[in-house]
Amino acid sequence: MLGPTDWVIWILATIFEAAVVVCSLRRQAFRRYFFLNLFMLLTVLVSLGRFRVLMHYGRSSIEYRYFYFYSDALLVILLYFALISLYSRVFEEMRVERYVRFGAVLLLGGTAWFSYAVVSQSSSRMLTHFAFELSQNLYFVGLVLTYALWGAILKLRETRALLVQLVLSLGVYFSAYAASYAISNLHPDLFSHMVYLFPIIGCLLPLAWAYAIWRVPEEARLAPSRLAVIPR
Amino acid sequence: MMAAIILVCSIILLLQFFVSYCRSLIAASSKRALSPEVQDVTGISKTATGEDFARVMQILQLCPEPPEDRKSIRAIGAYFRLLNLLRSTVARMAPSMRTWTDSERGHCAYFAAVALERRISFSRDMLAQQMDS
Repeated sequence: MLGPTDWVIWILATIFEAAVVVCSLRRQAFRRYFFLNLFMLLTVLVSLGRFRVLMHYGRSSIEYRYFYFYSDALLVILLYFALISLYSRVFEEMRVERYVRFGAVLLLGGTAWFSYAVVSQSSSRMLTHFAFELSQNLYFVGLVLTYALWGAILKLRETRALLVQLVLSLGVYFSAYAASYAISNLHPDLFSHMVYLFPIIGCLLPLAWAYAIWRVPEEARLAPSRLAVIPR
Repeated sequence: MMAAIILVCSIILLLQFFVSYCRSLIAASSKRALSPEVQDVTGISKTATGEDFARVMQILQLCPEPPEDRKSIRAIGAYFRLLNLLRSTVARMAPSMRTWTDSERGHCAYFAAVALERRISFSRDMLAQQMDS
């Protein structure tokens, strides 16, 4: 059953996720950042679905685990497309959207194939393990792609403050997730201590996006070279 | 082995993204001039130093906070602690690092002063609304 801390984190996360969509609608940015909003909308639905399954079957049930990992794989794929949509926005003046989309699908296919190759050698419950492996690999691919996008922003001197904040918060989210996954892989016994870490990290992204969409006007500009850790 | 490499890479990238994200939050406030009354209260006129941060944060705690402010101030608080850690460890060996951390700590203090200004005007608005009703 859920403890008070679980409840607080779950309610906060759902509120923050819904807040992104509400802020986007209020700022008339829903269509401009469609995939980001679609991801948040689906996250709210998945969150409600997980709650229902949890209440019905309990946390340690096999049904909850299946639902959790399959929905996580679905969400991370959608987040991947949200990231690609940010790529399209950064490169929109170069008119290379078609190539970005093609490259993204190719990379997603490659990651799926790699995940399948890993689980097919050692797993009996292949589909479940595939979903877990795909999520984990996509988080790392997402992290690398976000870093490449940040490099492109610096190189192209992209000045849109909102876009910069969306990308940087995505980078924090992906790297925190990838680090947590790596720690739990290195020390599986630590997993039980990290039970609150994943949902807390999950709260950070919607919070940062809601803040950025609400507080940073679309026309706000900044010099990204000043934000780099190593000055350029 | 692979997990260890991923862990190290992720932590380095996490730090990089976190620092850049905090600097993007600070950049927005660095262009705003402080009102004379906030300058009086905080003792910051144009540039702030890292030593001002704790004092401004204490004053900040006294004002009611607008909900959207909470997250950015926490992020900058964490960034300030990270800078303090760097200052007391790595920066002892590298003077250029010390200059950089000092300047960043000053920016954090200025950010807090701008947040204080926002909170004061938020409190005024609330008071005005109460008086009207």
